[in-house]
Amino acid sequence: MIQLLEAFAWLADPTRWSGPDSIPVRLLEHLWYTLLGVGIAALIAVPVGLVVGHTHRGRGLTVALSGAARALPTLGLVTLFGLWFGIGLTAPVLAFVILAIPSLLAGAYSACEAVDARTVDAARAQGMTEWQILTRVEIPLGLPLLISGIRLASVQVVATVMLASYIGNGGLGRYIFLGLNLSDYPQMLAGSILVVALALVIDLALRLVERVAAPRGAARG
Amino acid sequence: MIAFESVGKTYPDGTVAVADFDLEIASHESVVLVGTSGSGKTTLMRMVNRMVDPTQGRVTIDGEDVAATDPVALRRSVGYVMQASGLLPHRTVLDNIATVPVLRGTGKAQAHERAAELMEVVGLEESMASRYPSQLSGGQQQRVGVARALAADPNILLMDEPFGAVDPIVRAELQTELLRLQRELRKTIVFVTHDIDEAFLVGDRVVILKPGGHIAQIGTPEQILAEPADDFVRSFVGADRAERRLHLQQVAGREVVVDASGRAAGVLEQGGTP
Repeated sequence: MIQLLEAFAWLADPTRWSGPDSIPVRLLEHLWYTLLGVGIAALIAVPVGLVVGHTHRGRGLTVALSGAARALPTLGLVTLFGLWFGIGLTAPVLAFVILAIPSLLAGAYSACEAVDARTVDAARAQGMTEWQILTRVEIPLGLPLLISGIRLASVQVVATVMLASYIGNGGLGRYIFLGLNLSDYPQMLAGSILVVALALVIDLALRLVERVAAPRGAARG
Repeated sequence: MIAFESVGKTYPDGTVAVADFDLEIASHESVVLVGTSGSGKTTLMRMVNRMVDPTQGRVTIDGEDVAATDPVALRRSVGYVMQASGLLPHRTVLDNIATVPVLRGTGKAQAHERAAELMEVVGLEESMASRYPSQLSGGQQQRVGVARALAADPNILLMDEPFGAVDPIVRAELQTELLRLQRELRKTIVFVTHDIDEAFLVGDRVVILKPGGHIAQIGTPEQILAEPADDFVRSFVGADRAERRLHLQQVAGREVVVDASGRAAGVLEQGGTP
């Protein structure tokens, strides 16, 4: 309890809110790494997931690969890639991409699959091309599920990005690993509180986006 | 004219949906394919706009093999009304009706203008234009489905049990409206149903199908009722049902039509059919 109070005191110290090693800088770094990891993963996983969902092909393989990717321990990956690529951003970002892919993939293919097969059949029968079916019917109707995949991936990655600091990068993990090394538990706890708060804020923000993205008229009466 | 020439459809797992089917449908004619489930009626209808490709034989429209046409262009030129409407739930009534013209490159304003005209043609109130499909009754949704199919002014209209999911009163209303529309528009209609009474009402000619797309009988409703080809047709059209077997009785100087169970069905008018 005292350490928790000390952690809040640590956070309240005004000197920590400006300068090169300040909380805002680390927060932005943390967000930037998250964006990098989720963004690169989305570039790969969303198109693949949409194709799988639209064509109903390769779903078994996708689920199997996603399952395998989920089972990989991210700390192990960061260490492994770190040994491979050395100190820097490549190793941790690669690990975050692998962490984010399964949720994004599942969000993308379930977005397509959740659309009523009769609606898709009707769109095709009216003369929509496959691309038009995907972009004008499946994506608009499945958008909340797609965004929910992005939300899950973002929350997972934002909670894991502190590992970037483990091999010499910035981010909120700096406080956690520094605190660990110095046995400065209030600082460690303060870092954790910031990560948790950030994860909650991102979760809430993307939940709102999900709601706004829900197609009008799709609520079945 | 639509022609089916020894058309067959066998699925990769060996299921034969249609064995060997021949039929010619004249322009402006409405032909009803009627049969139980598994008779291949929907499969046959969907061959016209290449939603299904036959594994043998060919389907031609005005002499041109549909297999040689681009399926997307073909589908935009053929109206298609389906059971449970198949409307896009995230688009308004007006946008749904304008779907095909917009796909064909008509400007949105012009397509909406045409859609508004069609709403009137199919008996939808103007105030429905900005509603979403989920806010409409089943009957209204089917009217939107018909309007959408008519939007690009196709020569051919495919109708897949379009009134199967609405209650009997609304169904009768929609059937009457369809007959009115057809008198004005004179489309070539291929209509699929499992309801023989609907088939007799809508079809200039009726094709009664047995499982596997085998034709049990083709003819006008009158021909089929007068001369059922075999016991299958006789039982399918209910030729032996009491309400199909009518006779006349003299009551108060007029001829009253009575069915086989003794129920008075109506009065015989002089001068024949209108």
